[in-house]
Amino acid sequence: MNLHEHQAKALLAAYGVPIPRGKVAFSVDEAVAAASELGLPVVVKAQIHAGGRGKAGGVRLARTEDEVRAAADAILGATLVTKQTGPEGRLVRRLLVEEGVAIARELYVSFIIDRSSGRPMCIASGAGGMDIEEVAAETPEKILTVTVDPAMGMQPFQARRLAFGLGFEGQVFRNGTKFLTALYRAFEGLDASQVEINPMLVTEGGDVLALDAKVSVDDSALFRQPKVAALRDIHEESPLEVEASRHRLSYIKLDGSVGCMVNGAGLAMATMDIVKLAGASPANFLDVGGGASAEQIENAFRILSSDPEVRVVLINIFGGILRCDRLAKGLIAAVRKLGVTLPIVIRMEGTNVELARRMLEESGLDFTTADGMRDAAEQVVKRLAGQEAA
Amino acid sequence: MSVLVGNGTRLVVQGITGREGAFHAEACRDYGTNLVAGVVPGKGGQTAVGVPVFDTVAEAVEKTRANVGFVLVPPPFCADAYAEAVDAGLDLVVSITEGVPTRDMVRVMRTVPPGGTRILGPNCPGVISPGKAKVGIMPGFIHKEGHVGVVSRSGTLTYEAVHQLSERGIGQSTCVGIGGDPVIGTNFVDVLELFAADDDTGAVILIGEIGGGAEEEAADFIRRELRKPVVAFIAGQTAPPGRRMGHAGAIVMGGQGTAAGKMEALRSAGCTVVESPAEMGAAMEARLRG
Repeated sequence: MNLHEHQAKALLAAYGVPIPRGKVAFSVDEAVAAASELGLPVVVKAQIHAGGRGKAGGVRLARTEDEVRAAADAILGATLVTKQTGPEGRLVRRLLVEEGVAIARELYVSFIIDRSSGRPMCIASGAGGMDIEEVAAETPEKILTVTVDPAMGMQPFQARRLAFGLGFEGQVFRNGTKFLTALYRAFEGLDASQVEINPMLVTEGGDVLALDAKVSVDDSALFRQPKVAALRDIHEESPLEVEASRHRLSYIKLDGSVGCMVNGAGLAMATMDIVKLAGASPANFLDVGGGASAEQIENAFRILSSDPEVRVVLINIFGGILRCDRLAKGLIAAVRKLGVTLPIVIRMEGTNVELARRMLEESGLDFTTADGMRDAAEQVVKRLAGQEAA
Repeated sequence: MSVLVGNGTRLVVQGITGREGAFHAEACRDYGTNLVAGVVPGKGGQTAVGVPVFDTVAEAVEKTRANVGFVLVPPPFCADAYAEAVDAGLDLVVSITEGVPTRDMVRVMRTVPPGGTRILGPNCPGVISPGKAKVGIMPGFIHKEGHVGVVSRSGTLTYEAVHQLSERGIGQSTCVGIGGDPVIGTNFVDVLELFAADDDTGAVILIGEIGGGAEEEAADFIRRELRKPVVAFIAGQTAPPGRRMGHAGAIVMGGQGTAAGKMEALRSAGCTVVESPAEMGAAMEARLRG
């Protein structure tokens, strides 16, 4: 789960990570009030779940009340297009108004789970405010890493090693090690999958602050992170994906025309791949879960068919212990109930598959049964071509 | 021979009185696995699926010489069940549970001493040595005894590969699902090491997916040490970057973990990498005919 910058900062601050003073605003008037409370100058920042806001005009410095009003007015309600939003962009519904700070240095720090060691890892660099992936690719020697033993937590010597590596001295060194230690505690305590501070700021007064903050929390841990779970902003997610998650379906919208319904994430990805290899394009990723119950199939159909781009549906279910005749019964019921008129190609494997095929063929509905994954993909392409010819 | 599970497996199911626990304990036993015990705290002394239930794994080990655990408990309790199995000194513990917090896995892996219990999963279909034993939720009947080892991050896609092999009369020595989460107990390289040392495994199918670097590490191992033919498929060639594709671990971030990169690494290590998931069985048949 992703969070807004202002939410991330509030969570980090509770663990002792220093942040600039700021207030969230949902209207121009609230932004102006926030600025007068904080004192000018302020920075007005768009709050959306995507990076690259500055370049897209979503972050503005305001020195006077008029400038605050103008900045808030321009950003609120605007659609920001950044390299992370996709071409459709993201509507700005809230702002963070933050005190302006005198910047001495900008640095980078993040914590992730290093999948290779299976442990938390801190990544830091003196090259702040830049795209860390570019830094890693072009000047890997500028990247410092420390792997944390989960039983020990971040140890003082590790924080010192990073602080020395970043060139901190004196008061900045002491503030820096405190910052890094607090950040690790937040990463651990929040069940975060990533905490990224870019930039981490050294002020002219020697303070170390998180000027920007990105926090992603492990979805599997939300059951024990109720404060984080309550911060979900569904405006930042696609409506179909929100609807799918309500039914515990894993759905991701793509831009093709073949609606895919598959049991299992790996098989769902593989099904998308074979659709593409056959010359068509998947409209979505959709995993109905290992069991593929009748109810889940109905929910999946409802979501799939509400995407207007879908012209053919491909169902690929490897049932195994699941009885295919039961699956067929559920499919027929769902298609009748929802009045689905799209052509449907089905590949299924499991017990009673012959009976299931007969049931589908005799249903009078537009089902094409396929023999294996390749045949399924070819049937899909054939049905698409048939639609174009007609 | 086979790896991880076989004729010597003595299975204890943790969570045996739950609906899922009872169902899969029975399915494993019906397949031929030697089910010896169940564990449910507070239900010691009862009987479930025809075997005694104990309060603790340690007691089950003491009384029944159980050596493999199968954890069928909800996500918040999974890591604790793993840790209990490690503490009791089982050889192997498997969990199919989906949605275990990553931090729990990070911590539980820290509790395994060198040479200690092997953890498989979570969020995986488990492991089967066809004709001998199954500790997992896979449909047993699609498998066939033989000499191809299968290792995969996926569930149903593994069934797909097995089905393609069995249809062609190609049997399997052991099929291992390692799971789709970011932090898992047993990785590709761990299983490849076992396959490399197993006389009964003559060739390997490796099924990876986008995200992380486990396939690249597998490619390094294959290049250096595995003198057996490998056929590989990577799921997610068409997946958009930055999106999690169902599995918590299946995400391309910052240009890392792409299907193209993994396919190239495996190809350069001498594997036959198929682009289409429909070609896994045929490619293995071709390699075996050689």
